[in-house]
Amino acid sequence: MSLFKNLSNGLVKENPVFALYLGLCSVLAVSNTISNALGMSVAVIMVLTVSNVIISALRKIIPSEIRIPVYIVVIATLVKIVEMLMQAYTPELYTALGVFIPLIVVNCIILGRAEAFASKNSVGASAIDGIGMGLGYTAGIFMLASIRQLFATGALSLINPFNQAVIFDITIIPTQFTIPLFAQPAGAFITFAVLAALLEVYKQAGEKPAKKGA
Amino acid sequence: MELFSLFISAIFINNIILNKFLGMCPFMGVSRKTSSALGMGGAVTFVIFFSSLITWGLFEYVLEPLSLQYMDLITFILIIASFVQLVEMIIKKYSPSLYKALGIYLPLITTNCAVLFVALENIKQGFTFVESVVYSLAVPIGFTLVLIIFSAIRERLDIADVPKPLKGNPVAMIVAAIMALAFSGLAGLV
Repeated sequence: MSLFKNLSNGLVKENPVFALYLGLCSVLAVSNTISNALGMSVAVIMVLTVSNVIISALRKIIPSEIRIPVYIVVIATLVKIVEMLMQAYTPELYTALGVFIPLIVVNCIILGRAEAFASKNSVGASAIDGIGMGLGYTAGIFMLASIRQLFATGALSLINPFNQAVIFDITIIPTQFTIPLFAQPAGAFITFAVLAALLEVYKQAGEKPAKKGA
Repeated sequence: MELFSLFISAIFINNIILNKFLGMCPFMGVSRKTSSALGMGGAVTFVIFFSSLITWGLFEYVLEPLSLQYMDLITFILIIASFVQLVEMIIKKYSPSLYKALGIYLPLITTNCAVLFVALENIKQGFTFVESVVYSLAVPIGFTLVLIIFSAIRERLDIADVPKPLKGNPVAMIVAAIMALAFSGLAGLV
């Protein structure tokens, strides 16, 4: 039960992207297409889960004065490994994501979870927390990317990063009605603002009946 | 001339916040007051400028001759973290008043993606020393400029009547979107 609670906590209540405003840089930047967004999410989930596990396993050995530098070295090493793997196996995705792969090192979500959760909890719970938070990040970036790609290109598509095969490609809005603004930075900001406001509406709607009952 | 266009494009066209979405955390976090935005901008400019020059020298004269290029990420982030710590200690010792003004923002700079971005970009673009100096100065100037404009708008937003769900960060994001649109109008400048 508590494991499930950990998992759902990261997905909804403490969604790192829309509720806590963490890791915004990469969310806004790589949410231009669904393929990029999912590729980035996989990289983040991998780094987040493994770093949570390592830091949790070492939590009794690391002196508290130098814990932040130790965390950063662990995270930087993992990110470099993921970067090299992506460069070797998914070169197109690697080029598309560019500088945002090495910048996972300074993604606030990862250091934040290491400090707030993995340094105090067991290995198993930290692994679950890493996956839950990673899925919360994925949900956030996926929503943003679907909306942006739909309005900017009129189609929803996903490309297999390993062999460039098209998994699906559905055109919904005819090309003459697309809004190219959504592919630009301004579109990212507007879409994000609207989604964050909707989450706020949802939260407030959830609060009111609870108050009446009490 | 080339250096000048590099300088202008890093400030206005490829603005680090509005075009590359980097440094969003301090952009949303410390933009409520113009005075703190100014302090943050100053501290970030200082850290980016010196840490990028150190990392540039390290890559060129240590990592590359030893063909240890794959160690770039780990060494860079360690240098940035220790440089921020050093700056914090120096300011604390010699100017307690400035330390008080900047105090809480200083440790945050380590996790500002803009710092690591400039260090990595200097290497990736193969900049010479002079080009790195210009680039490492222009990027934080663009950051400070946008942060100050944004904080001035947010000060006015505080007294405006905003719909409840949009209050706080969502409306700030919409302001950022309008600023990004305005800055994209400068695209043909260079």
